[in-house]
Amino acid sequence: MSMSIKSRMIGRALLGAAMALMIGGGSAQAAEGIVPPSQDWSFNGVFGTFDKASAQRGLKIYKEVCSGCHSLNLMYYRNITALGYSEDQAKAFAAEYETTDGPNDDGDYFTRPARPSDRFVAPFENEKAAAASNGGKAPPDLSLMVKARMHGADYIYALLTGYKEVPPEGVTLSPGGHYNEYFPGHQIAMAPPLFEDAVEFDDGTPATVEQMAKDVSMFLAWTAEPEMEDRKGMGVKVFLFLLVFLGLAIANKKRLWAKLH
Amino acid sequence: MQSNEPGPEFSGVVKWIDRRLPIFTMMSKEYQQFPVPRNLNYFWSFGALASITLIVMIATGIFLAMQYQPNTELAFNSVERIMRDVNYGWLIRYIHMNGASMFFIVVYIHIFRGIYYGSYKEPRELLWILGVIILILMMATAFMGYVLPWGQMSLWGATVITNLFSAFPIIGEPIVTWLWGGFAVDNATLNRFFALHYLLPFVIFAVVFLHIAALHIPGSNNPDGIDPKGPQDTVNFHPYMTAKDMIGIAVFLLVYAALVFYAPNFLGHPDNYIPANPLVTPPHIVPEWYFLPFYAILRSFVADWWFFQIFLGWWGMTAKLAGVLAMFGSLILLAVLPWLDTSRVRSCKYRPVYKWLVFLFVIDFAILGYVGGKPAEGWYVIVAQWATLYYFFHLLILTPFVGWMERPKPLPASISQPAVAPAE
Amino acid sequence: MSESTETGHASEDGGSRRDFLGMLTMATAAVGAASFAWPIIDSMNPSAEVLALASTEVDLDGVEVGQAITVIWRKKPVFIRHRTPEEIAEAEAVPMDDLVDPETDEARVKNPNFLVMVGICTHLGCIPLGQNPSDPKGDFGGWFCPCHGSHYDTSGRIRKGPAPRNLTVPEYEYLSDTLVKIG
Repeated sequence: MSMSIKSRMIGRALLGAAMALMIGGGSAQAAEGIVPPSQDWSFNGVFGTFDKASAQRGLKIYKEVCSGCHSLNLMYYRNITALGYSEDQAKAFAAEYETTDGPNDDGDYFTRPARPSDRFVAPFENEKAAAASNGGKAPPDLSLMVKARMHGADYIYALLTGYKEVPPEGVTLSPGGHYNEYFPGHQIAMAPPLFEDAVEFDDGTPATVEQMAKDVSMFLAWTAEPEMEDRKGMGVKVFLFLLVFLGLAIANKKRLWAKLH
Repeated sequence: MQSNEPGPEFSGVVKWIDRRLPIFTMMSKEYQQFPVPRNLNYFWSFGALASITLIVMIATGIFLAMQYQPNTELAFNSVERIMRDVNYGWLIRYIHMNGASMFFIVVYIHIFRGIYYGSYKEPRELLWILGVIILILMMATAFMGYVLPWGQMSLWGATVITNLFSAFPIIGEPIVTWLWGGFAVDNATLNRFFALHYLLPFVIFAVVFLHIAALHIPGSNNPDGIDPKGPQDTVNFHPYMTAKDMIGIAVFLLVYAALVFYAPNFLGHPDNYIPANPLVTPPHIVPEWYFLPFYAILRSFVADWWFFQIFLGWWGMTAKLAGVLAMFGSLILLAVLPWLDTSRVRSCKYRPVYKWLVFLFVIDFAILGYVGGKPAEGWYVIVAQWATLYYFFHLLILTPFVGWMERPKPLPASISQPAVAPAE
Repeated sequence: MSESTETGHASEDGGSRRDFLGMLTMATAAVGAASFAWPIIDSMNPSAEVLALASTEVDLDGVEVGQAITVIWRKKPVFIRHRTPEEIAEAEAVPMDDLVDPETDEARVKNPNFLVMVGICTHLGCIPLGQNPSDPKGDFGGWFCPCHGSHYDTSGRIRKGPAPRNLTVPEYEYLSDTLVKIG
């Protein structure tokens, strides 16, 4: 394999070099991509948290729309208690799925209702099966999707709402391709997954495409970073501690050095 | 620099141990009474910061290794298990991941300080060379560590960087196969990278020990670059320098915490959250930010570059080999800086011309870093090529010549008496 | 001599305020280092997916009188013995004074026919013998730990040898007459 120095490389800007001047770089956008508009997510910012009601709706959308093709391999059914479900609800949710277990004493694999300690059941046996059922390319696992794409949840939202029924003039789609404003290359194999009232929300929220896109992006932001609330909460405490420590260190140093002659 | 003060007094168990193994006397002499120039500024805290980062990296790394699975089938998910299921696993992993970046930030500033104040000059040449060795070991460690999560960037970064060795004629290909332990970067590669990633930090630790031991012979350089003339020019390391270092540590930790808690993936690449796929190369592969300047040097050498054609291409060297040699050379050259710099004066404070050249060198390095993260096309290539030339021009031509030509400003008589010495 | 100046070298006595501030700064740093230690220590405790390990269900149908089975629960062996009437009688007849760790047989079973307990010797964690018909069962007809010679009776109570406690009875419940859920 030859060193691909000439391969096209686009990346984030530089940070660093000498001096404390950190030239912080936001992420450069892929040449063919469009920067998705920023949404006002509840998880943005230092004190950001997940909107649990929205994420619960997102779970329903995942279950009824996405999970036909996309796996969520890193999640366990027990995890959904973090979205405000009780343990019994998580148990009931898990029990709706059949998972494979075994081998039993006879050496056979068997299916049984899933338990909270089981991972989300994937729609396909394995990646090859997934690819075979989807025109040769397996639909990606969604667990980390928000972290694995530039602009995270903004991108997912933009992608889900960025379909155009009629592609702009001059664009010819290959068979099975769909025009999407935000997908790199603008041609995506996934058909528009969301349509008005695709899901009936338990809390009565009108299921517009925008609403569903927002909710499922919220849900996937959670599956990508389930630790986020803990992390930001701990960060506040660590900052307060370090500021006190900094104050003490400054006072101590001043006092000490002031007496030097 | 040896302190001429009496040794410390101990009692009890400490005294009993110290008479048989004088570690307490050593600690006291080297870390308490150890005299440091009293004019040190905050740039002199970065050595302590680097030591702390090394310890934090080793501590978090050991506990991550207890959870990590170095197998291509398991590695990616084992890292996600750390992030999701291990108690505080996300914290430990984010500290480790961002610790690599913090380590390089701190070390690059530490190196800049050494260059600006001439800390590499006699009698500290060996100290400086040990530092360059630490930098190279850090780069190897960071590179192999980035492979471990086995995401797309891990796999393809490992592929590209190990392929550098294929540039060498005849022995190149066998070396690459040997590094891989197979015909591609695969399980054998991941396994050995994990073993080496665990080993190298302890090698770094040992070299840091030598680095500090070598420092404690002549003692610290200082912003004036002149030797202390007596006790009036120095203070004890503890509590004076430690009190200053505490402030540096607090500020450092605030920056570190900002990354860990609020922007843990800011310096990373989203593609590394996609499991490694040997059949698909990501469209935009870039190394971690701290490698970008050297990556830019590597990429500058293309067959149709005039510099390459005039000076290198005609006797059979390939552009690929030239790039690899230039990249390694840019690091090795730092080690001989003590002999490239011909000036008698250490500190740039008293070097009116070289001072600006150092700043230019830093800007050049930053430019290299910037274009290293951009696609290798159009203006980026031309800028990278000129910046690469300037990097070598600075070290090989400007540094020796300015040392000869420049007329330094008069040095102060002593550290504690900053008045300018009477004109000669 | 000015009290407020120092030369920056040893054997000088700083003011008490400096000492206090210095100690407070150091103490704060120590607290910080200690709080950093806790997460990395706690990372070695069982992780969430281990704690969530499912309970184990066992079907006792088909376990004959006198037969014993071993099932795995949380990676540990659980002994289930379908005791004979003699074994039950023997276990119930033991006076409490004879026991190292006094416990009635009644307190150790939910259904006297089936004894359910974790098959790990309370001495140093070996697996006692006694599950297979050919195993030595010790002086009291129950189990015998070959590592250090602990003898357990037909209720799994320690009778002789170095083990300090009876074999542990896990939490379990009968979902039906023959279906037991452990954990």
